[in-house]
Amino acid sequence: MNRKLLLWLPFGLCALLFVVFFAGLKHPDDHVIASQMVGKPLPEFTAGPAMPGQPGTASSDFKDGKPRLLNIFASWCVPCVQEIPMLIRLKAAGAEIDSIAVHDTTADLTKFLSQNGNPYTRIGLDEGGKAQIAFGSAGVPETFVVDGKGTILYQHIGVVTEEDMPKLLAMLEQAK
Amino acid sequence: MSARGLILALALLASPVLAQDYAEVSLPDARAEAQAVALMDSIRCVVCQGQPISGSNADLAGDMRRLIRERIAAGESPEQVRSFLIGRYGDWVSFKPEVKPITAPLWLVPLLALLGGGALVARRLQRRKA
Repeated sequence: MNRKLLLWLPFGLCALLFVVFFAGLKHPDDHVIASQMVGKPLPEFTAGPAMPGQPGTASSDFKDGKPRLLNIFASWCVPCVQEIPMLIRLKAAGAEIDSIAVHDTTADLTKFLSQNGNPYTRIGLDEGGKAQIAFGSAGVPETFVVDGKGTILYQHIGVVTEEDMPKLLAMLEQAK
Repeated sequence: MSARGLILALALLASPVLAQDYAEVSLPDARAEAQAVALMDSIRCVVCQGQPISGSNADLAGDMRRLIRERIAAGESPEQVRSFLIGRYGDWVSFKPEVKPITAPLWLVPLLALLGGGALVARRLQRRKA
């Protein structure tokens, strides 16, 4: 009896593998790639001014003792449009929001900001995705919480929604 | 700057096209280019996640190809660049399985299976002899 069961074991294992693979095909992996830089100091980066009359963003701006949000966005990014009203409310609640625009141009950004509003203190144009990769950011929009010493406290992946606002504001308050 | 980096910089200065976009253009040094391409084949595109960055049209994949070529041209080893990327995006970004405690089963299971299979075969052979 035991021996017979043993003979069925390889078949059973293969059947189980098939079920697992099939389930995997039905539910394609939608892996969220979290940055490994959370908890570490900001990487060195300089993203030159994207807009005339508004400063660019560099790692050196983040060491003045003031905690802030660093938003990674792009004018071509549809969810980013949805996020701007939330960022404007965060700004009204006292948050300073700096930003890096990826794969973007001044002309496109001018249009985007005039249509949606401009909650940003600084807007840096990321040259060749260097800053984005340095942050371990895998897409747009993403929002990092950075404390006054330039340490990354938190990474929010995706659109900032109404529900995320209290958490982000509390983190900024705590980091003071 | 390493000797190779210096040679590359001089070669770039001498070449008629000054600004090369290494996202799409090969490195002039064939050996460095081969190293870079081998690395690109084993780095996952973080946008279209089933693909290596060598075969992806995503902008971010292009940025990573440029970063890899530039760093290798500057004298970094492919594994140094790989660990830089893993330091940013985690192990998920590399298709090359790392040997560490959590991945130990990956390496040990085939070995155990081989040993187990060997033991089964040995037992059967012995029984036949008897």
